[in-house]
Amino acid sequence: MAEQNATANSAHSLTIEGNPVRKFLTATEIDTRLLGMVGALLLIWIGFHFLSGGLFITPRNLWNLSVQTASVAVMATGMVLVIVTRNIDLSVGAVLGTLAMLMGVMQAEILPPILGFGHPAIWVLTLAFGLFVGLLIGLLQGTIIAYLRVPAFIVTLGGFLIWRGTAWWITSGRTVAPLDSTFQLMGGGPMGSIGATASWIVAAFACAGVIIYLAYARRQRRRFSFPQRPMWAEGVLAAIGCGVTLAAVAVFNAYPWPVRIAANYAQAQGMEVPEGGLFISHGIAVPVLMAVMVGLIMTFIAMRTRFGRYVFAIGGNPEAAELAGINTRWVTVKVYMLMGALCAIAASISSARLNAATNAMGTLDELYVIAAAVIGGTSLSGGVGTVVGAMIGALVMQSLQSGMVLMGLDSPLQSIVVGIVLVFAVWLDTLYRNRAN
Amino acid sequence: MSQVAVKPLVELEDISIAFGGIKAVDRASIDLYPGEVVGLLGHNGAGKSTLIKILSGAYRRDAGEIRIDGQPATINNPRDAKAYGIETIYQTLAVADNVDAAANLFLGRELTTAIGTLDDVAMEAKAREVMGRLNPNFRRFKEPVKALSGGQRQSVAIARAILFNARILIMDEPTAALGPQETQQVADLIKQLKSEGIGIFLISHDIHDVFDLADRVCVMKNGQVVGTAKTSDVTKDEVLGMIIMGKCPPGAIPGPGAMRV
Repeated sequence: MAEQNATANSAHSLTIEGNPVRKFLTATEIDTRLLGMVGALLLIWIGFHFLSGGLFITPRNLWNLSVQTASVAVMATGMVLVIVTRNIDLSVGAVLGTLAMLMGVMQAEILPPILGFGHPAIWVLTLAFGLFVGLLIGLLQGTIIAYLRVPAFIVTLGGFLIWRGTAWWITSGRTVAPLDSTFQLMGGGPMGSIGATASWIVAAFACAGVIIYLAYARRQRRRFSFPQRPMWAEGVLAAIGCGVTLAAVAVFNAYPWPVRIAANYAQAQGMEVPEGGLFISHGIAVPVLMAVMVGLIMTFIAMRTRFGRYVFAIGGNPEAAELAGINTRWVTVKVYMLMGALCAIAASISSARLNAATNAMGTLDELYVIAAAVIGGTSLSGGVGTVVGAMIGALVMQSLQSGMVLMGLDSPLQSIVVGIVLVFAVWLDTLYRNRAN
Repeated sequence: MSQVAVKPLVELEDISIAFGGIKAVDRASIDLYPGEVVGLLGHNGAGKSTLIKILSGAYRRDAGEIRIDGQPATINNPRDAKAYGIETIYQTLAVADNVDAAANLFLGRELTTAIGTLDDVAMEAKAREVMGRLNPNFRRFKEPVKALSGGQRQSVAIARAILFNARILIMDEPTAALGPQETQQVADLIKQLKSEGIGIFLISHDIHDVFDLADRVCVMKNGQVVGTAKTSDVTKDEVLGMIIMGKCPPGAIPGPGAMRV
């Protein structure tokens, strides 16, 4: 019925031809590249599931995977914009280290004497301070790159040494712990998760959001009588969007608190522990929620704002962007400032998860972040990349790591495998692009 | 052309620019009236593109003055030039390959919604309208410009220039990438824009193109102006002589670059 409708007013729908698969892809306007990545991710998951003897696709492992991915995923969203503008940022891991250290000192040593230990404002002030310093670092590096014309590779390579040194120097290498108890929630864990009910509520909002967005986009296109997707394609997209959200929440909710923690909690609350133990769901972890929010905001920035449009235009043709009257240098600075702020968020997640700030925090992260962006389809020659792709790229990287740990693979072998996969993924991508052209 | 009665739209006077000791443009003067097409001719490297890039804000001049409507104009970057209604179609096309036609048309001047986000739908609607006028066969609004043919890319570049009510249009080799049919379309467009009172600088090294469309020609050689002439006062052969040898015929007003006899 819906299909008939679609063909009936063909003037207002896309021309759909070819075999069923192609028809489906054209109608839904799903990016085949993205689809390929999701396919690769599923293959990795299923492969590891068998190799690890059924340990991989379990609520527990998937929940942990989501938390472990959060920090790199947050930074990868910013790295996409950096690489799209034909730049690079090798300093993100070191910046994360410095910011984690600064925020650690702020919340553990500076604020408590002023506000009182465990004051509820400590985490906000700490995070705000971290974001501010992150922006400042981005401003500094971005200005040197854009206005002094020092290549980004060099500036951020220098930054890599400088900020790693700074992280060390701030406390002379001493680890700062423990962190503020509210701040710690950003790291996940039983307390840093929102529980079953709240997770379902978030899922309901997300599903509503998907449907409202699709309806809004359709109305907009009708307003100017542009070609529209057939109704069944809209239905499929809505079903995929909602289905993935609900499935993810179901998985997160299926992972209960560890027995001991649940028992302690019950005791503290004066609750009866029922026969067979207490089942308290983790639900969505706070860092995962943060990463998803960051992903949404960054997608919005990249796709729906002038700034985002300029970032892509600069990547496509810097000269054309300049001639079109875009202040390309200032846009570059803003990209690095954004990257700095995202490092602050990632630093909060990493340090909160460890409940400590150490000088080695974020070591090698720059490579994982760049790899995530590149595996996620960001082209190092600039102009091409998506935020969601980079986040899936981060998930792919983390899945590999986590899977190899579950298999009990030695850590040197892990590095070797990750390296091979990175090169292989980029090679596949090159093939894909050549064919697409 | 009743040029005497009308004030010049643009006057470039004694413009000079040097790149590392080489004088790319040397004391060049040229003017343009409303509704007039001035053809700028010369060999590759004669300085025509460089001179025009000074007017469009891509380069900053070392010396000389730009007047628009008789008033001295400050043009330090492309944004300044656009504020004066100067639009440029560059030889290199200067489009961002990786975004679609609408994004290119509005690059730097995007339409936004009430809350400040990009209004892609409105931009696409306007793009369809303008492109429909320029090139009715254009259908590929959703694809990156990279996927378009040379002619289609050219129409995108031209549409961008006329979209914002330009008063002064600079076309640097606008037909270099085009086939005969598309070249004819551009010629028709130039006539139409001219009738709307827009002043056009047409840069080309194809003398035939220019002779058909231009009211006046200005020939440059080695960064200097050889001479300026109404197309009705000189023959193609004479203009060729100006381009090749710098020999200024009697029908032309000699410039600093004219061969001393």
